[in-house]
Amino acid sequence: MTYLLRQGLVVHSSSTRVADVLVSEGRIVDVATTIELPRGADEIDVQGCWVGPGFVDVHTHLREPGREAAETIESGARAGAVGGYCALVAMPNTEPALDNVALVSYVLDKGARTPLDVAVAGAISQGREGLHLAPLAEMAALGVRLFTDDGTGVQDPSLMRRALEYARPLGVRLAQHCEDESLAAGGSMNEGVISSRLGLVGRPALAEELMVLRDIELVRLTGGSVHFLHLSTARSVAMVSAARREGLDVTCEVAPHHFSLDESACAGFDAQFKVHPPLRTVEDAIALRQALREGMFDAVATDHAPHSPELKDRAFDEAPAGMLGLEHAAALTYEALGGPDADPLRFFEVMSRGPARVAQLRAGDVRVRHSAHGGDVSVGDDANLTVFDPRQRWTASREDLQSRARNTPYDGRSLIGRVTTTIAKGQLVVHEGKLV
Amino acid sequence: MITSIRGRNLLTLDQLSDAAILEVLDTAELFVEVNQRTIKKVPALKGRVVASLFFEESTRTRLSFETAAKRLSADVLSLAVASSSVKKGESLRDTIATIDALGIDAVVMRHSSSGAAHQVGGYVPHVRVINAGDGLHQHPTQGLLDVFTVRQVLAERAHAKGSETGKEMFAGLHVLIVGDIRHSRVARSDISAYTALGADVRIAAPGTLRPASLEEWPVRVVDDFDEALEWADVVGVLRLQRERGTGSFVPSLAEFTETYGLTSERARRLRPSAIIMHPGPMNRGVEIDSAVADSPAAVIERQVSNGVPIRMAALYLSVNGTAEETPS
Repeated sequence: MTYLLRQGLVVHSSSTRVADVLVSEGRIVDVATTIELPRGADEIDVQGCWVGPGFVDVHTHLREPGREAAETIESGARAGAVGGYCALVAMPNTEPALDNVALVSYVLDKGARTPLDVAVAGAISQGREGLHLAPLAEMAALGVRLFTDDGTGVQDPSLMRRALEYARPLGVRLAQHCEDESLAAGGSMNEGVISSRLGLVGRPALAEELMVLRDIELVRLTGGSVHFLHLSTARSVAMVSAARREGLDVTCEVAPHHFSLDESACAGFDAQFKVHPPLRTVEDAIALRQALREGMFDAVATDHAPHSPELKDRAFDEAPAGMLGLEHAAALTYEALGGPDADPLRFFEVMSRGPARVAQLRAGDVRVRHSAHGGDVSVGDDANLTVFDPRQRWTASREDLQSRARNTPYDGRSLIGRVTTTIAKGQLVVHEGKLV
Repeated sequence: MITSIRGRNLLTLDQLSDAAILEVLDTAELFVEVNQRTIKKVPALKGRVVASLFFEESTRTRLSFETAAKRLSADVLSLAVASSSVKKGESLRDTIATIDALGIDAVVMRHSSSGAAHQVGGYVPHVRVINAGDGLHQHPTQGLLDVFTVRQVLAERAHAKGSETGKEMFAGLHVLIVGDIRHSRVARSDISAYTALGADVRIAAPGTLRPASLEEWPVRVVDDFDEALEWADVVGVLRLQRERGTGSFVPSLAEFTETYGLTSERARRLRPSAIIMHPGPMNRGVEIDSAVADSPAAVIERQVSNGVPIRMAALYLSVNGTAEETPS
């Protein structure tokens, strides 16, 4: 198929310009001030919109296998597409966990039948139990570039050290959910004045920060690399930024809910607002937004965590942690970057180029089965493109979700900016905000 | 701030104004008299249905609430909901929907999860919800009956009726709450009620049994329990909640008793006029000595008796009252 995107603001890696973009046979074949419409091509008017590399989510829970009632690879990919994503990295905390080649292949095969690229993060430990290393080398041979026990962090520092030493020569990265379970045990929201008043057991910021600190030091010791998942406190970001300045190979992400919401949302005991790490203080959310604007995060990552309604209906302390993210992340990121003042370069950096770098999905990376993401939007690039209209005002609604689950914390929230077009692997997947 | 619980749910005391609390106390005073009659029954809630849903074990509070509802002539649906209903797979929403389908006006509920009563309030907005204790969060009727008991005792000493004294008995009253504050919904409700009425509340507890992030609590933490006993007009002793794993928060029960138990020796520091309270059930010999619990200064049985009129008042106002009836 051939598509001509007319007169959008094309967001290259380090510059922007209003131009036409011609996509054909899965690649970008021309970018120019004006391009004559080729015969048989579909013309898409994107005036006033931003045209950039397709979004990449390094942190998606697709729930398959094991919890298909909440999400499937197929439904998650649909949710991703309307959110502007062209590539998702499926987290391994499925049932059973993605800790061997058979299960990784299963997810990759199912992913290949969706319009998006679905990559896999493998488990660090067998069964995500934190005891014995999973076969990282075998999974790496299938193209797995990220390993994590996400859902929980690797608690044992000795195992984490071994994993870092083992992963390093494989050229893969470990991603850590930082929360010390002995400090966070039994907690269901941020520990602070609100949890104290509500009588909910808290998960202290220190539970996260202690593991961030530990893993920075383990990276220093081993020369390995760690990607810090969903950092939620001001101090966590400060520590990772300092480590990066020292030259350590660390990257980090922030989830939209951690900069768009804060712990006060839990005051009504609605478990839609329960997530790990928990929503933190207003001050933390402000600090995360500032860090995002200043470029301290490699990626905005959704931590899209579908749960079926009957589980989220439980009492706050009994409900599972996690919330949806794919379909609203772009608008929330735009808002956090300053809305009308948002820098389109920064926007596509955290939504596409940064996460593609972390997930090793860029053109120069050793990729297996997947197309290239996070490119410059230049001739020859694989055609993964997202068009974002920063002018559209809309209201998030639980009823409008493509996800199988309904556990969005943003129901009724006013948003600015919406994905209008997603072209993934050369195909038009979303047009005028709707699945094609 | 909520200025009256008429026609409203009673979920927490931390948003009730002094007027709302006094309205319950004054109403309860009328019901005290009912409880002293030979025929202990009024038709206030005749034809109304009150469901009593205890997801967590309780004998005292449940009996007290059911007695209160029956004395108001309400029909009581008492449902034995094991705390394992979640394990059996039924959600709180489904349980409530089932009971609601039977036709009810109010739910009295206890649950081991903080906020469970709030959630139920959202599921059945046409039903009044009375929180009979949710997790570590609140136990509103206990807080109300505690301030009611204190006012009653102090008013009697002044040869006055409680309702005539309003909240004046609480102005600057020294209230010391001691023990397992961290795990106590009673402490949270007591502190809300006492401070709303103007009392000066201090808490004493081992470092591990003080709640995290106390800075916004309207209380002062005292480090010297013995000294605070000399200061106190009212001492509220809390139950050491061993069932919530409190054991691991202190080195031993013996050390807890040694440092924060209201022993006979320590009770001698109290002013002669001091009032000793305990929400029950007591761990005699742990947080309070038997001799202290049975001393004239202790009003523990009176707290139990007052539970009925307070719960009658809460049910009556919440179920029977409509928001329009609230004086503006």
